[in-house]
Amino acid sequence: MSTVPPGPLLDVAELAKRFTVGAKQGLLARATSFRKPVAPLPQLHAVDEVSFTIGRGETVGLVGESGCGKSTLVRLINRLLDPTSGSIRLGGTELADFKARDFAANPHRARIQMVFQDAGDSLNPRYTAADAIADPVRRLKKTSGAELTARVEALADMTGLPRELLSRFPHQLSGGQKARVGIARAIAVEPELLILDEPTAALDVSVQVVILQLLQQLKRELGMSYLFVSHDLNVVRLLCDRVLVMYLGKVVEQGPAAEVFADPRHPYTRALISAIPQAVPEQRAGRLRLDGEPRSPIDPDPRVCRFYGRCPKGTPRCAEEMPLLHPAGAARQVACHFA
Amino acid sequence: MSTVPALAVEDLSVEFRTRSGIVKVLEHVGFSVDKGETVALVGESGSGKSVTAFAVMGILDAAGKVTSGRAMFGGADLLALGERDLAEQRGRELSMIFQNPRTALNPIRRVGLQIADVLVRHGGATRNDAPQAAIEMLKKVRIPDPERRAEAYPFELSGGMCQRIMIAIALACRPALLIADEPTTGLDVTTQAVIMDLIGELAGEAGMATIFITHDLALAAEYCDRIVVMHAGHIVEAAPGRDLFTHPRHPYSAKLLAATPGETVSLENMASIPGGLPDLRRSDLPACRYSDRCERRLGQCAQPLPQRTVGERRVVACWNPL
Ligand SMILES: Nc1ncnc2c1ncn2[C@@H]1O[C@H](COP(=O)(O)OP(=O)(O)OP(=O)(O)O)[C@@H](O)[C@H]1O
Ligand SMILES: Nc1ncnc2c1ncn2[C@@H]1O[C@H](COP(=O)(O)OP(=O)(O)O)[C@@H](O)[C@H]1O
Ligand code: SF4
Ligand code: SF4
Ligand SMILES: [Mg+2]
Ligand SMILES: [Mg+2]
Repeated sequence: MSTVPPGPLLDVAELAKRFTVGAKQGLLARATSFRKPVAPLPQLHAVDEVSFTIGRGETVGLVGESGCGKSTLVRLINRLLDPTSGSIRLGGTELADFKARDFAANPHRARIQMVFQDAGDSLNPRYTAADAIADPVRRLKKTSGAELTARVEALADMTGLPRELLSRFPHQLSGGQKARVGIARAIAVEPELLILDEPTAALDVSVQVVILQLLQQLKRELGMSYLFVSHDLNVVRLLCDRVLVMYLGKVVEQGPAAEVFADPRHPYTRALISAIPQAVPEQRAGRLRLDGEPRSPIDPDPRVCRFYGRCPKGTPRCAEEMPLLHPAGAARQVACHFA
Repeated sequence: MSTVPALAVEDLSVEFRTRSGIVKVLEHVGFSVDKGETVALVGESGSGKSVTAFAVMGILDAAGKVTSGRAMFGGADLLALGERDLAEQRGRELSMIFQNPRTALNPIRRVGLQIADVLVRHGGATRNDAPQAAIEMLKKVRIPDPERRAEAYPFELSGGMCQRIMIAIALACRPALLIADEPTTGLDVTTQAVIMDLIGELAGEAGMATIFITHDLALAAEYCDRIVVMHAGHIVEAAPGRDLFTHPRHPYSAKLLAATPGETVSLENMASIPGGLPDLRRSDLPACRYSDRCERRLGQCAQPLPQRTVGERRVVACWNPL
């Protein structure tokens, strides 16, 4: 074994992704839309100057409102998308310099694998479950024949996918069964970093337990690191060492998962944690419901706090000065003027 | 309590033809949903929740066949309606939010227009008003910058936003019955709360009846009036949410709860449900399809399942309930 380079496995610095979107016209203004816009085209700030690290063997949770940029961030790291600016270092290798277009053939490809949000969508409808799992093993590990079949069956067993389902096509599998194929396929090449974008969202709780326990076991055995995107905060609490909270393209809070859950500092984190469904009405006391419209991610004013307008605490200062991520306790950071 | 439920599913059985034989996916499924009521369908994946929804909507895969049962809705049996009449009902009276939002949207049509189309098609708005009405719907489901987002194509939106577009489309026509197949899966909990409140509002104001398919038991208990637990194509228990949570009666419901992550449990202490769903192609399926996994099995469990009424509005299909 070669020696492991020091430092974190993943070091993301000032990473940004902006999408160019059509000029504001509205369905109502359709008739005039053929005129060429003169101003520069609007930019959607999907990921805005995000910095964080993931240690070897560490599990980092990424949570935040839908549309805040989590999937874009992981697609940047996984090199499916090219960043607008910033750096993505994996064990000392700068990945931001590689083009997303060519990355499939890159030797670093096998080091980062991903389990996608829409398990069904990410599976080729013409591939059986066995084909889908075998594909990365064949391509990245050059395995074939009986060895490949054995590997596929072992992976199916590991992820609790009944072997008799291996010959089925995606449309013949239930949502949970498809998700298992997605996970089996991602761990097939034993990556260093496994990015999981809501891997258990479609799974029932019983399977979820198995998968979470499996992920924990794999982490112990193989020393993989995880970046775990999830909307299920109870799951994040169970699995993650550290948690990053995003809001409209920015990291607004980060720290050890247990601390963030027990004592959220950012007003958005507070609202998020208080919205976790509770079966027992008594535990719903003190609920925060967010009013107001979310700010637009398109050409946002760089001076205004992204949460301003929905924040129960907002003050005029929040509309004039963007709060920066600053230390709040030993291992924690928060981006709010009042936390 | 109202006398005639909005939807009454009775004795519904569904089979699928597959390459390896007939799969008996649903057997004698029965439940009802009152006007203004939200009923949750929960259970492991593969237990038949989506198939139940597809059967009621008349959109089963070509390999699927309804072998018995009725689904009474507004005086008619949906299962006996012709494709024409059913298509007429869908979208206006009956609306469905699909489990996989991205594939259910048209990838090459702007999302605002997709909502507008539905509004126009089902008489909710004229061609002129529809764009504005579509933007209003986008606001309701909390899409930021709705005017501009109306112009987006599905691929330009996040998974959760596509989900909200689907919800906007399904709710746009104020259906009498909404079937929502895991509608908030993929949404953060603050947005989820907004959507659940919106469904609750329509239930209250317009008397919309909702079948809410989910695997989040806490969510079901918080927002639904009753929870129906499915296992391997059978309904094993139906109870008011809170009762099910505090005191599950069917052994399967209890195991399901024990596998639900909560505030206090740790991963090591959580247990999955032993075994798996039985192979539904078997010709010798036991009367209780949970019996191979059950710790409370008795000799009599081999006999046809009883439907025991235990307490108010509560049914459990088990010989030896907790
Ligand atoms: N190809 C694209 N073109 C334009 N905008 C895009 C594109 N892809 C993503 N976006 C926008 O970037 C923002 C972040 O999207 P992203 O998919 O990263 O969200 P997310 O946090 O993963 O949300 P969810 O929890 O709903 O999955 C959204 O505003 C989305 O509309
Ligand atoms: N088109 C099909 N052909 C064969 N089997 C199917 C088909 N669609 C669903 N099934 C099977 O029916 C069962 C119930 O599926 P489904 O209703 O999707 O479950 P869920 O409760 O997860 O929604 C599963 O065993 C699934 O594999
Ligand atoms: S800076 Fe102001 S608006 Fe932003 S989160 Fe803090 S209090 Fe709220
Ligand atoms: S009927 Fe018998 S085997 Fe089935 S769940 Fe009840 S106790 Fe268990
Ligand atoms: Mg996403
Ligand atoms: Mg389903």
